[in-house]
Amino acid sequence: MEIVISSNTSKPIYEQITSQIKALIMSGELQTGDPIPSMRAMAKSLHVSVITVQKAYEDLQRDGFIETTVGRGSFVSASNRDFIQEEQQRKAESHLQEAAEIGRTSGISLDKLIELLTLFYTEEA
Amino acid sequence: MSSAIEVRNLQKSYTGFGLQNVSFCVPQGSIVGLIGENGAGKTTTIKAILNLIDIGGGEISVLGSPNKITKRTREDIGVVFDDICFHENLSVSQLGKVMQGMYKRWDMALFKQYCQRFSLDSKKRVGDLSKGMKMKLSITVALSHQPRLLILDEATSGLDPVMRDEILDVFLDFIQDEQNSVLLSSHITSDLEKVADYIVFIHQGKVIFSLTKDTLLYQYGILRCRTDEFKQIDKDDILAYQKKDFEWEVLVADKEKAAQKYKKCVIDHATIDEIMLLYIKGVQQCEG
Repeated sequence: MEIVISSNTSKPIYEQITSQIKALIMSGELQTGDPIPSMRAMAKSLHVSVITVQKAYEDLQRDGFIETTVGRGSFVSASNRDFIQEEQQRKAESHLQEAAEIGRTSGISLDKLIELLTLFYTEEA
Repeated sequence: MSSAIEVRNLQKSYTGFGLQNVSFCVPQGSIVGLIGENGAGKTTTIKAILNLIDIGGGEISVLGSPNKITKRTREDIGVVFDDICFHENLSVSQLGKVMQGMYKRWDMALFKQYCQRFSLDSKKRVGDLSKGMKMKLSITVALSHQPRLLILDEATSGLDPVMRDEILDVFLDFIQDEQNSVLLSSHITSDLEKVADYIVFIHQGKVIFSLTKDTLLYQYGILRCRTDEFKQIDKDDILAYQKKDFEWEVLVADKEKAAQKYKKCVIDHATIDEIMLLYIKGVQQCEG
């Protein structure tokens, strides 16, 4: 398992951790039941504070990607990938809906919105 | 989560200087950074915690024992000050033996292991070590009696970047055990930006803020604007401000909100250094 943290982007470190672990789970590199490092071990190896990793893990747990058992550590959650994907898609849909509405009411063209979305999608690979 | 150190309404007055109602806590398993300019009261606070000075008022509890540091808690605390107070004529290995007699839980193997890790020559006299090496020795001694709590006052100041990184590694190693905690004061805020969980800022004997580091780094921001824009800013949004020759700098607690509200202004990330500077040199609107 590999995580790359950049210290000079505007993206907070906890978000960098969550998005990379999510990507590892969605790509299948991390399988259901796989253990993920303890918060303290990860904080040490990334040279970040424990609270930063804690926040990342809490977000992952809230979104159903991992499960944490006291005394045993954190594991990739049993809920299946399709379900997570569907869930994430629903989330994206609602944001896009909002964007479309803003576009419609303030006269931003569909092409412009598509262009923007393409830009954002390809920007942060 | 219980606290390793809890300071409540600490008072101490000297002529011309004093601590006023200093309160903060060090939760177990965390690293807390104490920042502030020279003479702000950091060392006085640490001395009060260690029961080295009489306090004027308030309560301090360390590792669960209120107010007085007992013999037992003294074993549990590793302390590093900015100057070393070991006897100059002892060699490093002799010092290890002296310390073995002082602490019940002294671990000689651990001491030797740290000496090796920090490349401290065991035959060298303490007096012949450079300032940085003395600091490493001091940290080695503090860690070798297996404390639960490390208290360091300006411990990383005399060290080069490589060594500072190694010391941070040691701290992070230390808190792998959730029972252990670290309180350190430092001028080098970039170190704290890496490892600290909480930041406590002391200015003129008062605590200005005590927050998680992530709140400071990801929510606080510095807004830069022109005079007429400055006049339109809601006073409640301003934590501190400073007028420069060509612009106004304003510290805001929530940069996302500020970015939406004041679209014309530039909003930057705030580093701990910048936050400190604005609070000290700027005008404070309200205390956060």
